[in-house]
Amino acid sequence: MSMDYREYILDHYRDPRNYGRLENPTVHAEDSNPLCGDQVSMDLLVEGDRVTAVRFQGRGCAISQAATSMLTEMVQGKSVREVVRLGKDDILEALGIPISPARMKCAFLGLRVLHKSLVLAGLERPETSGEQDDES
Amino acid sequence: MQDVVEVRREPRNVEEIRRDFPILTRQVHGKPLVYLDSAASSQKPLAVIEAMNAYYRSTHANVHRGVYEISEEATAALERARTKVARFINARQSKQIIFTRNTTESINLVAYSWGWANIRAGDLIVLTAMEHHSNLVPWQLLAQRTGARLEFVPLTPEGLLQLDVYAQLLEQGPKLVAFTHMSNVLGTINPVKEMVAQAHAAGAVVLVDAAQSAPHLPLDVQELDADFVCFSGHKMLGPTGIGVLYGRRELLEAMPPFLGGGDMIRSVSLRSSTWNDLPWKFEAGTPAIAEAVGLGAAVDYLNALGMEWVREHERAITAYALERLRTVPQLQIYGPTSEEQRGGVISFTLADIHPHDLASILDQEFGVAIRAGHHCAQPLMEQLGLVATARASFYVYTLPEEIDVLVQGLRRALEIFQL
Repeated sequence: MSMDYREYILDHYRDPRNYGRLENPTVHAEDSNPLCGDQVSMDLLVEGDRVTAVRFQGRGCAISQAATSMLTEMVQGKSVREVVRLGKDDILEALGIPISPARMKCAFLGLRVLHKSLVLAGLERPETSGEQDDES
Repeated sequence: MQDVVEVRREPRNVEEIRRDFPILTRQVHGKPLVYLDSAASSQKPLAVIEAMNAYYRSTHANVHRGVYEISEEATAALERARTKVARFINARQSKQIIFTRNTTESINLVAYSWGWANIRAGDLIVLTAMEHHSNLVPWQLLAQRTGARLEFVPLTPEGLLQLDVYAQLLEQGPKLVAFTHMSNVLGTINPVKEMVAQAHAAGAVVLVDAAQSAPHLPLDVQELDADFVCFSGHKMLGPTGIGVLYGRRELLEAMPPFLGGGDMIRSVSLRSSTWNDLPWKFEAGTPAIAEAVGLGAAVDYLNALGMEWVREHERAITAYALERLRTVPQLQIYGPTSEEQRGGVISFTLADIHPHDLASILDQEFGVAIRAGHHCAQPLMEQLGLVATARASFYVYTLPEEIDVLVQGLRRALEIFQL
């Protein structure tokens, strides 16, 4: 299995999309990966049944930051129903490279923060946020 | 039972040593394995693997119980391993060697047993800012429960202990001083003998975390004069699941047991018990017999190489690695600049590439195994202003050619990240 760093991953890492903070977000959440210190915080603006704006800030490895950047592109402008359904497969598909077991936590950090914020905003029940640990 | 002892004659040849380690012939991702993470855990020579195999095939039974032949042989094998370890670190008596699971358990044993009996509210415990979590968290727990105070010896920018501050802290009369012999992050070798003497002059009991030094340097506990010395088998060519606590006899004898159960008792009634002699007082339950046998074989192997040779080999390979790594642009090395002050551990960062990305690239494209992260020393990382570093560490089987592969991989990472 080869985990190569494709150009688009490095592009998202160097030039993250939707980076920054929102002035009046509906919800703010953050999390970190204690193993490597990767951090992601996320602001969502939910208007009606749509996520109309999303911003994130973070620091960490290329995988965690690029995956979060890609995730925000999947969230922006989508209905809450669609956003709630975003899962690990969507992240892996967006990354498009095999992720080694040890790096799964990096890849899913942004997703974890997204679901955390959805739960905080009352848009998702905690038990459906689907965050089992991938201890590897 | 026959112990598998391999006696090596000079000159010691690293290529020849490598043939004793079956794992070093394997490939990862289609590349020969370049194992540069021995500070986390070392690989095992055939002599260790076969000693444990032979024990299970021919000798195994429970120890200190049976009156039949193989139980007596198993008991003898366990105790022979203890004697080997005692000689390896020049302990006066084998009974000063307590078998534990690892360094962490050895330190916890002292923190719970000695700590509970001796530490009171307001007492001072002196640690350093370069400790592994295993020599930090047990003391935090003890301090939380007793109301003791923790103070820390800070580091110089180069990663050495500020010994003037250490001296000042000793003036406050600490009950206990605990520090690492060698930093698992910076490689810094601390002046243990002098630090122990100073601490004793101040009336403190001293614990030395030798997890990184016992495998790599000649270690003489009588010369160091420390009260407790802790290390792990798996970092010194031995198996996982066995560690060592060496203790000064008077202290060990005065200490209450740590874990209760079988083997550690002399007699048991329903409401009270009396304790077995050293070292068994601290070895409740069936011990890791095969692992002890494996550790004994590891000690034989290291003795055959000679710990002076081990240190010299690692000094040379570290000097070579420092020199080669300094040729990589945008690479920052942490810790002492001279290989004389450090063991075979080099922490570094490369430009702004996250160490995990670096480790992935080195693994996937070059078969190089390095550690990336905080190395279980978060307070130290915080002082360095870092979240994580990459760390390469060396042992008896490390070749200069492997350092070259590492350097090649680092240059490739710069290319991938367009730096």
